[in-house]
Amino acid sequence: MTDQRLPSLFDVEEMELSFGPQHPATHGVLRVQLRLDGEKIVDAKPIIGYLHRGTEKLFETMPFPQCIPHTDRMDYVAAATNNQGFCVAMEKLLGITIPPRAAYIRMMLAELQRLASHLVWLATHAIDIGAITPFFYTFRERDAILDLFEEYCGARLTLNTMKIGGVPFDLPAGWVERCSALVDAFPAHIDEYEELLTNNRIWKKRTIGIGVVAPEDAIDWGLTGPPLRGSGVRWDIRKVFPYDRYDEIDFEIPIGVNGDTYDRYLVRMVEMRQSVRILRQCLDRLPAGPVIAKIPKVLRARDGMVYGSVEAPKGELGYFIVTTDKATEPYRCRVRPPSFVNLQLLPDMVRGHLVADLVAVIGTLDIVLGEIDR
Amino acid sequence: MSDNEKTPPDHPPDAPEKPAGAAPDAAPAGGEAPKAAPTDEEKAAKIAAAKAKAAAAKAAKEAAPEEPKQPWETKPVTPEHEDASADPDVAALAAAVDGSVLAADRFAGDVTVTVPAAKIVDICRALKTGRGFKFLVDLTAIDWREREQGRFDVVYWMHRFDDSKRIRLLAALPAECSIASVTGVWRTANWLEREVYDMFGIHFEGHPALERILTWEGFNGHPLRKDFPVEGIDTGAAIYPDVYPPGGGPLRPEELEQPEPKADGKGES
Repeated sequence: MTDQRLPSLFDVEEMELSFGPQHPATHGVLRVQLRLDGEKIVDAKPIIGYLHRGTEKLFETMPFPQCIPHTDRMDYVAAATNNQGFCVAMEKLLGITIPPRAAYIRMMLAELQRLASHLVWLATHAIDIGAITPFFYTFRERDAILDLFEEYCGARLTLNTMKIGGVPFDLPAGWVERCSALVDAFPAHIDEYEELLTNNRIWKKRTIGIGVVAPEDAIDWGLTGPPLRGSGVRWDIRKVFPYDRYDEIDFEIPIGVNGDTYDRYLVRMVEMRQSVRILRQCLDRLPAGPVIAKIPKVLRARDGMVYGSVEAPKGELGYFIVTTDKATEPYRCRVRPPSFVNLQLLPDMVRGHLVADLVAVIGTLDIVLGEIDR
Repeated sequence: MSDNEKTPPDHPPDAPEKPAGAAPDAAPAGGEAPKAAPTDEEKAAKIAAAKAKAAAAKAAKEAAPEEPKQPWETKPVTPEHEDASADPDVAALAAAVDGSVLAADRFAGDVTVTVPAAKIVDICRALKTGRGFKFLVDLTAIDWREREQGRFDVVYWMHRFDDSKRIRLLAALPAECSIASVTGVWRTANWLEREVYDMFGIHFEGHPALERILTWEGFNGHPLRKDFPVEGIDTGAAIYPDVYPPGGGPLRPEELEQPEPKADGKGES
């Protein structure tokens, strides 16, 4: 005889859970509205916009060069690549060719920034999953990179370190040597992180087979950057549409096989090694000469629209700039944020997984809310 | 005096464009000199010396067989608009969908095709299946507030992997501010269209869940419209729907109805 008052064990109601926006594992102010069956995710709905500051609107009100500091505030862990994206788009619009030394300095800053950004990703991703130790190692190296930035431009995070037509200053004395020392030591550091994680049984258990994305889906959903490459699509803006002087540099694009969280982890680890390789080549070949092109004091564009993009650590960061004739400010400046587009796939990636895996998937997408909300 | 001395060195960067006559005619910018000359002879002599020096430097520059200037040492060359209707993809699109290409333009290497908004789904599908544009990079809109026949352009920017070709579609919206959704063609259009809806108030028909994405439900107005103030609006918009009507920026003060009590109030109180 059964007790009618108790519900059956298999007849539980779905629960709604709001994950975030004030949760350390959401990497900012992401809120995910979850529908749970026990601990299993039935559906997830990301809710964004908590950090919306109207950057695109602000761009419309200020002269082209003044837009650059605002780009820093979007992907705030990778400011240099944001600057680079805007400058590349503006140079395309105005027909500016930048001097080789400026291009090499930019590439070095961008690759250092990629390392710094990937280190933050690795630290937070690992700490979310439960591995606390990598955080201490990665932040040690990241600090050394930020020191190099500080020495170059005075800022550590919001760098504002590129100008339309080149870079604002030449490298300070001794910078190349210090950067060189860092670059030489870096592969050993990557080995250290890998030693902690790559063959770690818990790490593998938490990441293999989690958040699998098939290559067709990745393309259809517009993924870019490591999430796209993790699914096995060999595509990188630095190779496809080389900007600055990436066409002179020898490097490879790592791709994954299974499209799961573990593959995306491996892709980013190899990417760091490739960044070190790019840095080494830049340091060895750093040409002499001016660091900024000869450009008019007041930049005036003609009517037209251009799209310029760079490979940011998170994926393809594009700027779509529309100008009217003789304009000194953009009529419309659209930012194509990689994190925003990548985050779209979150519900599909976590459906059927456990809540704990949601944290792993958010980590593997490597989102930055400043960029998603703009 | 220092002003006058400075002038000659300032000029050479612009000068190489017109090299002739630089050496014999030592005072191309002589207009300023007479001003200072009568008061102080020394000054005049100094100016003359500086000018001669500048001219000599210029002459020396020209005499030396100059290497061709590097592109970053000369003035930037602004890209030109060109006709791109001969582009194979544009031609193929024109053949695949009747009346699909209204204009085709190439600027700074980007091909922009103006297409009719009514056929946007057919056009996108033709490009995706027929021409291999499998990847929608970006979808956004532009507000041409002053334009008479419909103020918005919706912009599609797509990529083909085989040869890394990109093409941009520009669909000018008719007055009613609505266009068919392309979420059926590329799933990534989902959030991108939601953002355009949120920021511009363009309605995408057939979108699975057209909700605001960056602002919240109940927010009145669409921030990227040109008539939305940069300084923002009172975010209590949901509480004051009379001041912040749905679907546009807030009313300007002259559009606001004057509160009644002021007119009639005198008589009553």
